[in-house]
Amino acid sequence: MVVFDKPHSLIDVPLHYCPGCTHGIVHRLVAEAIDELGIEGKAIGIAPVGCSVMAYDYFNCDMIEAAHGRAPAVATGVKRANPENIVFTYQGDGDLASIGTAETVHAAARNENITIIFINNAIYGMTGGQMAPTSLPGQVTQTSPYGRDTSLCGWPVKICEMLSQLDGPEYLERVTVNNVANVRKAKKAIKKAFQNQVEGKGFSLIEVLSACPTNWGMTPREALKWIDDNMIPYYPLGVYKDRSAAKEAAE
Amino acid sequence: MAEKVLMKGNEAIAEAAIIAGCRHYFGYPITPQTEIAAYMAKRMPKIGGVFLQAESEIAAINMVYGCSSAGKRVMTSSSSPGISLKQEGISYLAGSDLPCLIVNAQRGGPGLGGIQPSQSDYFQATKGGGHGDYHLIVLAPASVQEMAELTIKGFELADKYCMPVMLLADGTTGQMMEPVTFDFDVKPAPEKPWATTGTKMQREHNIVNSLYLQPEKLEVTNLERYKKYETVKENEAMWEEFMTEDADVVVAAFGIAARVSQNAVIEARKQGIKAGLIRPITLWPFPETPFKKAAEHAKAFISVELSMGQMIEDVKLSVSCTKPVYFCGRVGGMIPSPAEVLSAIKKADGGDR
Amino acid sequence: MAKLTFKEENCKGCGLCVDACPKGILQLSPDRINKKGHHPAELKNEAACVGCASCAMMCPDCIIKVER
Repeated sequence: MVVFDKPHSLIDVPLHYCPGCTHGIVHRLVAEAIDELGIEGKAIGIAPVGCSVMAYDYFNCDMIEAAHGRAPAVATGVKRANPENIVFTYQGDGDLASIGTAETVHAAARNENITIIFINNAIYGMTGGQMAPTSLPGQVTQTSPYGRDTSLCGWPVKICEMLSQLDGPEYLERVTVNNVANVRKAKKAIKKAFQNQVEGKGFSLIEVLSACPTNWGMTPREALKWIDDNMIPYYPLGVYKDRSAAKEAAE
Repeated sequence: MAEKVLMKGNEAIAEAAIIAGCRHYFGYPITPQTEIAAYMAKRMPKIGGVFLQAESEIAAINMVYGCSSAGKRVMTSSSSPGISLKQEGISYLAGSDLPCLIVNAQRGGPGLGGIQPSQSDYFQATKGGGHGDYHLIVLAPASVQEMAELTIKGFELADKYCMPVMLLADGTTGQMMEPVTFDFDVKPAPEKPWATTGTKMQREHNIVNSLYLQPEKLEVTNLERYKKYETVKENEAMWEEFMTEDADVVVAAFGIAARVSQNAVIEARKQGIKAGLIRPITLWPFPETPFKKAAEHAKAFISVELSMGQMIEDVKLSVSCTKPVYFCGRVGGMIPSPAEVLSAIKKADGGDR
Repeated sequence: MAKLTFKEENCKGCGLCVDACPKGILQLSPDRINKKGHHPAELKNEAACVGCASCAMMCPDCIIKVER
């Protein structure tokens, strides 16, 4: 009996990501959620600009490549056109938390019935390792070569915390994929984010703390440990908003 | 005989869009085109359509991008500064071969400029605007009736050629009220097998995309798109001529400038000057044919514009610089008077410029 | 009896599966390289594998199929 194999909605082609990059794990979790909910035939994915720009070549469902940061607006257009489709965006931190902050915030504020998968690896990967809106204080990158100086370039953007202040969004959770137990939790969260859309509950965003061994200058193993040691303390894991659960608890 | 109603130009655009089957509008408020959004906000919920006020012009055009990808007849509208913000999305729409209608009720610029009418976005509309090699079909209405007609035509052309169409209006035509009839035979949207509506597990996945990292592939997509543009140039140029058959002085003007110019031409004829008018209705493709023809007998051309002189370049190219092309224009929200245009005609006729 | 199948040509030798294996029976091949030039992951001791799929869950390139 097959207990584990590549999900159907992930196309069987080699991924272009660097060795140890956790984009691949998250791609698979998204595809598993789509498979398990039986929504591949009506799913529409929106790819970002960044390392996962070519996600349109990896998912078996219909795909749209968006301009940098605009995926939530594009997803809004798709969802408003055909509400029966299940629409998701897959975006990195530069895309979602810097150039596309307005689109993110307002899609959340509208409680747009879409699913957003947000990869936070605290760096710009595709362009070669520049400081991201989510780079940690003191983090050395190509454009913060002496470490991110918060007096000079400000503080990281905490998307889940920020969006949780809005009345709009249905579900916000931060997860990571740096070990098997966390991958299982991430899977559960991602599936819930899609399930919420199927049930018409509204805007769900899953932030996934991810590893970028290449641009962090680490081995894949060191990178996963760096998430534990540096990212999780700054970006605590957990559910930041679950309107339906809160409503149930209140009743 | 269809019923005539008195309407503002902007409202005529909105009503015509609905008649054309547009059920999705995304926009952001800006003067002087807000009546379009207001009309859509009122009407769309009543006819099962979608009106959504976006958080920005950028978001609005990207909603259009998504909605067009999903196969719908979709539009946005704005005015000059807002259209500048939309340029990124317009380039992506062109690069992904997506149809849509974009209305620009032009106002004076550059920068925040003013809120009075202008035609100074001609370059932006016809020469690119955003990055990369691409064109929009650009339609220039000169009356409220034509705003309605060209809105319908715009949706049809967008679908026919899978490319964005811009209705380049201005603050005057948008705001003025005229009688209009909505007696249209609309071509329904064609099948869109490329649309991202879900595979239903019955076909390969569709991808809407403008990224081609292989230079050979990107070159091919550009070349193929330009073949399409050639077809558009051959088939879709539209213009109107007024007393050009024997004209010595031919005025070129579009939109509101053409209405002013027509009065000046009539007055010139009264005074014994053989003046005529060519009014381009498509600004891209630019109607070169009537200019070439007129150049055979005209001694001079005048481009009348609400700008510092933008269309004049296309007029010069059309007549291959065989005849002098003069300029007459006002800017900043000012409109040239018929007397100013007449004076330009007289100068051109006398050759003493 | 568990069976692991590796789509070896897609392995990038990142080693995340090796670390994830609770039995410690995976390794990056010390003497083989694949077409991409990576030392691919392999099972050292087939008999000891319980088919828990931890390796597959951590594999960013989804190259491991697990049967039990």
